[in-house]
Amino acid sequence: MTRKMKDRLVLALIYLAAFFSVILLMVIILYVFIKGVPSVSWEFLTTVTSALKGTTGIAGNIVNTLYIVVLTLLIATPIGIGSAIYLNEYAKPGRIVRLIEFTTETLSGIPSIIFGLFGMVFFGTTLNLGYSILTGALTLTLMILPLITRNTQEALKTVPDSYRSGAVGMGATRWYMIRTILLPSAMPGILTGVILAVGRIVGESAALLFTAGSGYLLPKGGAGLLHKIMESGGTLTIQLYLSMSKAQYDVAFGIATVLLCIVLGINFLTKYLTKKLIH
Amino acid sequence: MDDYTASSLTSGAHQKRMAEVVAHIIFTVCAFFAVLAVISITLYMIANGTPALFKVGIKDILFSTLWKPTAAEPSFGILYVILTSVIGTFMAILLGVPIGLLTAVFLAEVAPKRLTAVVKPAVELLAGIPSVIYGLLGLMILNPLMYRWEKALFRGSETHQFTGGANLISAVLVLAIMILPTVINISESSLKAVSPQLKAASLALGASHVQTIFKVMIPAAKSGIMTAVVLGVGRAIGEAMAISLVSGSSVNLPLPFNSVRFLTTAIVSEMGYASGLHRQVLFTIGLVLFVFIMLINVILNGILKKGEDGND
Repeated sequence: MTRKMKDRLVLALIYLAAFFSVILLMVIILYVFIKGVPSVSWEFLTTVTSALKGTTGIAGNIVNTLYIVVLTLLIATPIGIGSAIYLNEYAKPGRIVRLIEFTTETLSGIPSIIFGLFGMVFFGTTLNLGYSILTGALTLTLMILPLITRNTQEALKTVPDSYRSGAVGMGATRWYMIRTILLPSAMPGILTGVILAVGRIVGESAALLFTAGSGYLLPKGGAGLLHKIMESGGTLTIQLYLSMSKAQYDVAFGIATVLLCIVLGINFLTKYLTKKLIH
Repeated sequence: MDDYTASSLTSGAHQKRMAEVVAHIIFTVCAFFAVLAVISITLYMIANGTPALFKVGIKDILFSTLWKPTAAEPSFGILYVILTSVIGTFMAILLGVPIGLLTAVFLAEVAPKRLTAVVKPAVELLAGIPSVIYGLLGLMILNPLMYRWEKALFRGSETHQFTGGANLISAVLVLAIMILPTVINISESSLKAVSPQLKAASLALGASHVQTIFKVMIPAAKSGIMTAVVLGVGRAIGEAMAISLVSGSSVNLPLPFNSVRFLTTAIVSEMGYASGLHRQVLFTIGLVLFVFIMLINVILNGILKKGEDGND
């Protein structure tokens, strides 16, 4: 074989590999939508599955997902941002920074099923929170912490040093400078991290199966809204998994359609924010 | 002394200094959260995973192949489970890394801008798709296909247990697809980081573009590509929900058409009803998985450090 032919063959393989990803994605989206869209109706989205009323719906799971997303972000975002601020603005490079960065890296490599086991025994049993949305949210906090820390760090790094010296030169204290100069300038980057975290939370299942449980009922109004965080609540992904195990494929594809829409939405939102970040 | 008088003169200045100190403390505490989390997870995994090892015996758990957790005389051998995870991950890497690396070459070197604008977002979206959806599609698309092959291959066989297509190959295919985005992204950025002089020198010596990519650029990006592979291993060995139904439901020797159980899927499918010693053994399985992940982390750290030294 001549060199030219060999090169062409390799190039063909490269193109083939690249198009594999594109075709794969198209197959996934089309297959899910074709099988799932017929199941998605107003009733499917707004009612709870009930044999008594004869309804099949995922409203409870949607609400649970929202609860877990909001609660996890409420806990994880401040810690993640605080950690990034410490690493970037306070700590001097050395052993401690290396230790924190190493553990953050380790945390992001731990599989979600391990988080699930840990969450089940630590938050569920040791702290006695049981199978609840709070247990799930605390478990996911550990999981998305690295994501938020790293994105905030990256965002803080893009703020020019002249901003810092300018503020300090004018007599601002460090905290004042962080609050009024750094955080606002880094906001789009931080927001990107938070939205990526929303994507991770919405798509997560293994860490939630044994922590948040699989409840699918809607919270009761009033105090029930707050009490809900102490009750078991299965997210969309958990319900999808359970439906799949019970061979209820219509429901499974219906949920998959809803999930894909959320994933696509989040993707466009991060794209938009990243574009804004560059300009 | 001076500090003290200065701050007591105006309470505003005093408050300001307090705020400074409090902010500093809060941020430090936040930063140590990750350290605390990793230490607690490690301790909890060891504390919950080791009791069964001593009750059942290390040899009877790790090196026995008989898994009968609910029998009257239970047996807790997880050797097949460990082997399935190791071999399944290895096969997924064998399939996924070449495709991923070629795609990375495409994005970093070959692709015209127009095509990059298609392939790159596609890869990003693949990374964002929840693992249960991969599982659902594996179950609906791959398993029937595998069942057809199985029926053709094992027609008339008396020893083969038919699985309906939920077997090792199906799981490996799902895993290979799921590691693609990781492999592609990290290989791509390491290829892009190769110094342009190196590439120019190779081209100037008369090597073709393809030769330059495979003989110069990929070797130069070696440590980045190794990182990609190791992270891919971590993703594959830790994936649970996508392969839990696709891989079948019994513990077997990891042969292509056998129904198998991975470390992760054993936990997912049995934790729900397990109790007593059975439950403790599931935590031992979790501990084994955790040890694998920590090993991967150490290897990763080694590669990264070596890469840094190489660049200095």
